[in-house]
Amino acid sequence: MDYTYKIGLFIPCYVNAIYPEVGIATYKLLKHLGLHVDYPMDQTCCGQPMANAGFEDKGLAAIEKFGELFKDYDYIVGPSASCVAFVKENHPQILAAHGHVCQTEGKIYDICEFLHDVVKPDKLPGEFPYKVSVHNSCHGVRELHLSSASEENVTRYSKIIDLLALKEGIQLTEPKRADECCGFGGMFAVEEQAVSVAMGRDKLRSHMETGAQYITGADSSCLMHMQGIARREKLPVKFIHVAEILASGL
Amino acid sequence: MNKNHVTSAERFLKDKEGAQWHNETLWITREKRDKMAMGIPEWEELRELASSIKMHAITHLDEYLLQFAEAAEKNGATVHWAKDATEHNEIVLDLLRKHNAVKVVKSKSMLTEECCLDDFLCDNGINVIESDLGERILQLLNQPPSHIVMPAIHLKRQIIGKLFEEKLHTEEGNSDPTYLTGCMRENLRQEFLSTEVAMTGANFGIAETGDVVVCTNEGNADMGTSQANVHIVSMGIEKVIPDRDSLAVFTRLLARSATGQPITSYTSQYRKPRKGGELHIILVDNGRSDILGNKEHMQTLKCIRCGACMNTCPVYRRSGGYSYSYFIPGPIGINLGMLKSPQEYYTNLSACTLCFSCNNVCPVKIDLGNQIYRWRQSLDSIGKANPAKKMLSNGMSILFNHPGFFRSALQMAPVVNKIPRPLKYNKFNKWGEGRELPEFAPETFTSWWNKNVKR
Repeated sequence: MDYTYKIGLFIPCYVNAIYPEVGIATYKLLKHLGLHVDYPMDQTCCGQPMANAGFEDKGLAAIEKFGELFKDYDYIVGPSASCVAFVKENHPQILAAHGHVCQTEGKIYDICEFLHDVVKPDKLPGEFPYKVSVHNSCHGVRELHLSSASEENVTRYSKIIDLLALKEGIQLTEPKRADECCGFGGMFAVEEQAVSVAMGRDKLRSHMETGAQYITGADSSCLMHMQGIARREKLPVKFIHVAEILASGL
Repeated sequence: MNKNHVTSAERFLKDKEGAQWHNETLWITREKRDKMAMGIPEWEELRELASSIKMHAITHLDEYLLQFAEAAEKNGATVHWAKDATEHNEIVLDLLRKHNAVKVVKSKSMLTEECCLDDFLCDNGINVIESDLGERILQLLNQPPSHIVMPAIHLKRQIIGKLFEEKLHTEEGNSDPTYLTGCMRENLRQEFLSTEVAMTGANFGIAETGDVVVCTNEGNADMGTSQANVHIVSMGIEKVIPDRDSLAVFTRLLARSATGQPITSYTSQYRKPRKGGELHIILVDNGRSDILGNKEHMQTLKCIRCGACMNTCPVYRRSGGYSYSYFIPGPIGINLGMLKSPQEYYTNLSACTLCFSCNNVCPVKIDLGNQIYRWRQSLDSIGKANPAKKMLSNGMSILFNHPGFFRSALQMAPVVNKIPRPLKYNKFNKWGEGRELPEFAPETFTSWWNKNVKR
């Protein structure tokens, strides 16, 4: 890739507030790989929480602002498959309905996707000597195609596992029902809390049955939901974003 | 019957063991489906083909329906047109009366369920016998189906054993499935032998030949129609497909998607009335042509009722068919309910995490999850938006539209971590019922950037 390209770092609202370390890891990774990274200060949210709840219109201003802030970058990269998928899949039609053209859909990438498909590093420094269970998030799998969907008859692949395998000492595994939803689903987690928690418990159990010390994924939102259950039930498992593992030792 | 999915699901999940069993049982069906799908190299091509054939057929319904009706009549069938459930039910009753029939034996049909035919006939003094095992069990229990292909999947065999003891006088305490099925077979045999009229649904209607195709695993449709002089078919107008070549695509997909079988045990193609008998085909609209005029949701007409979207739906598996207020549950049911009456069935829209697994298993590639997302956008305009979600979205809108305010709010946020537990965890905090709240970081990413990177 061309190393003079300018990358706009997209740090989703909840990552900014709750998981800044995931944003920092993403920045360090890109920096380490020799890329120009900038962070548009006025960014807030991609609009997904409102839209999935049925209020696209309440996210419209944020969506328009997103386009303005990021339109001049060559690439937009963020550590959240779901938010990136929302920009890529939903911004165009929401903006079109209001007579605007989306200027970001073609150049936005989740950090894993960007590293795997564009930067293509063949090595990463540092080791991560732990057993890690990979959480395949729904929007990562079925919208961004970070890994093959279990429902489809296609050649099996996982961009996340390919990348993580670059780390020295890591032992990778996946739970059974490898891409069944964990039950987060944005406001679903609150509105349908009983089903949401039941799904999260099942998912957590499957991850823990692999004997993994860490659960990792491309979406901190899924991890946040499962972590909430693990903390309530005092389960001995740790959560870490893929970017943090990849950046460990940097 | 405006039952709320949220509270019904909560109730379903209270029986932890039962809920787990339901989830596992349907997941096994999903796994069987996967095994079948992976065994066919051209599976994804088949789905694409099935989707385009159906799309073509539903957008040329005017031509294909007439072609179908003409061919069927040429074969000796009588074709009836019903604009809605009432007309459909009246046609059936008229036919039964014309033949002085006091009884009708039916095979499984979601369309007759949609039209509430059984209740209508019973009210008019007709003895209705459902002959599909699952449907028969539910009829004896006076329950509706909880799944469109496996209607009694929510029942354990012990309950069925008890029911049969009472209704069929089977051995006390015997809930062996083979034994119970045998007893029902014997019982139903009498019904088959003594009926003048048999009814079936239709999985497909072939425009080219006028054939009606019925797929079953129990052969019950064939038992009924082989003996009775009159065969009445209830067929939704969207069931028509162009020709026999198209049928080959669907028979490869239907049972594989539905139950993980290569094909249903019986795939019967009815063309002519039996000698001296009558074959009546009722083509039913009941709202389907309205769906055709709805660009955003017309794809639901491609549905071949395989139920794969239910089996894969993580919410359906953990909340059961009865937690939905429409008679068809799961992703397709959420959408069909909204098409029937948004005011009545909008509460089902919460039953989706937008995981999109349903899109991927659908053999005719209906964008089920995306349609649920689109329905949600319309709720506010019909006055059915969830007030809490609306308030939250309004709040977020203010926060996210003012970057300066957003940054200060984020900097202040860690204060929340220090709020005493009882103030944070109470009945207003739905997140906190089964989970701990996440903690705000002492320093946001933005602050870190400003301190460490910004030049």
